[in-house]
Amino acid sequence: MKQLTVLSGKGGTGKTTLTASFAVLAKKAVLADCDVDAPDLHMLLHPEIIRTQEFRGSKLAVIDDEKCTKCGLCRGKCRFDAITEDIKVDPIACEGCGVCAVVCPVNAIALTERISGHAYISKTKYGFMAHAMLSPGEANSGKLVTLVRQNAKILAEREQGDLIIIDGSPGIGCPVIASVTGIDAGLVVTEPTMSGIHDLERALQLLRHFSVPPFVCVNMYDINEDNARKIVDFCEESKIEVVGKIPFNPIVTEAMVNGKPIVEHASESDVAKETEKMWKNIVSALKLGSG
Amino acid sequence: MIVSIASGKGGTGKTSVAVNMALSIGNVQLLDCDVEEPNVHLFLHPDINRVEPVSILVPVVNEELCDHCGKCAEFCRCNAIFVSSERVLIFAELCHSCGGCVLVCPRKVITEEKHRIGTLKSGSAGDLELVYGELEIGEPMPIPVIKEVKRQIKKDRNVVLDSPPGTSCPVIETVKGSDFCILVTEPTPFGLHDLKIMVQVLDGMRTPFGIVVNRAGIGDKKVYEYCREKNIPILLEIPYQRKIAELYSRGVPFSLEMPEWKEKFQTLFNEIRELVSK
Repeated sequence: MKQLTVLSGKGGTGKTTLTASFAVLAKKAVLADCDVDAPDLHMLLHPEIIRTQEFRGSKLAVIDDEKCTKCGLCRGKCRFDAITEDIKVDPIACEGCGVCAVVCPVNAIALTERISGHAYISKTKYGFMAHAMLSPGEANSGKLVTLVRQNAKILAEREQGDLIIIDGSPGIGCPVIASVTGIDAGLVVTEPTMSGIHDLERALQLLRHFSVPPFVCVNMYDINEDNARKIVDFCEESKIEVVGKIPFNPIVTEAMVNGKPIVEHASESDVAKETEKMWKNIVSALKLGSG
Repeated sequence: MIVSIASGKGGTGKTSVAVNMALSIGNVQLLDCDVEEPNVHLFLHPDINRVEPVSILVPVVNEELCDHCGKCAEFCRCNAIFVSSERVLIFAELCHSCGGCVLVCPRKVITEEKHRIGTLKSGSAGDLELVYGELEIGEPMPIPVIKEVKRQIKKDRNVVLDSPPGTSCPVIETVKGSDFCILVTEPTPFGLHDLKIMVQVLDGMRTPFGIVVNRAGIGDKKVYEYCREKNIPILLEIPYQRKIAELYSRGVPFSLEMPEWKEKFQTLFNEIRELVSK
């Protein structure tokens, strides 16, 4: 079984749009939406939820006001500024580390479990899908990503699937690291802008750091062809395969409004054709059985 | 006044709004809190005059005195410590630096040392003061770097904070303490979906906010319907224009080439000031 993660560094370069098309083209891949704090893939694939799991990612300190003497030791030791001046726990800042409970001289602090989100296993017309929703503002998105990936793996094993396609989140921090560890390849989707180039370089460094083979896709390449060429040259020098160059076309937004992957919404469009070509390149590079 | 700029969905134009607004008002300190992928400096070409490492404290065990009781590993919720009968392994990149292991060690053989996770850079571009952070590649935790960037805030200035995308802890850390938050969205289903999550986050934080619609004209009208229903002010619309997109791609703030926008961003800022003082 192979695992491919679509990532980007910079947000809004087209990760989810491409992932949805790959879902159609791959036929029977398991999909994993690992952008758990702003998941969008479901709006194109319309999953039907089969199972919902509570995600208990972290703990929360709770102070028993009857026992608390307001000595302030906990406030002094908390490195996350999560205890207020009047000795209350700020639930947003609290990491649930438990230091306050250790230092409290009167045992007034306990740690309680909190539900930080939900993970889902779903069925789509393109295959099974693992996804999740982190509660707004919660921490520990990395742990929830790991749970989504575990669910995807279980689904792929059960279905004897040979591919998991992972839609990652922007950035290079905790949730992205959790989305790329142990995968077979990372597809970095970039755009020919100064920000796109800068963030592509950092995303490629991240993949190298974790020894993940990279592919690059230049999306909306005709917005600035000079920059697009720079990206292609840079990739050639670094011996990184550019698997696709997708033109800008407002029809992509139209497909999104219609809630459909572009290869279904406008299969004859230039974007759809180039996406198909790119998918074939990925399939052969990953040595996948089907296409 | 501190104004942060967030979005939920990535790539909606946070950095563009932050940079163009900062260039249109005076007495500005612009802080790029997207430490995973900082981009503000690409548009401003600042003279950097200070570069400092950002570190967190991670545990070091004096193995000669350690009796491998395992209390530290038992306490650690990040699974950053592994204790076998002969050895202690510390995984610095998993450590959240709570300091708990030092407190629970019965023999007091754990101390802490600095572990570098990022870089703080400060400088200026004309009258504008710029501060940004850069998370080291492979380090998972942006929060301490964001905190370091925000420690540079000068309250007597017009402070503009550019937030990372998403709706989780790095965004909260950025927006916390702001007088106002601008949510930049695009009129598409993805833009609206992630905007709604951000609205929940800001309601929970009791931070006042308003919307900037970027790439107006694409997609559909549902963002507008949602804002009307929820009584959320739309402060500015930036139309989808090839010229704006092209300037952005070259790293040029569009208000420099299209001066009529300077005034619009000034109006935006003044409107926010009025909303905050209410």
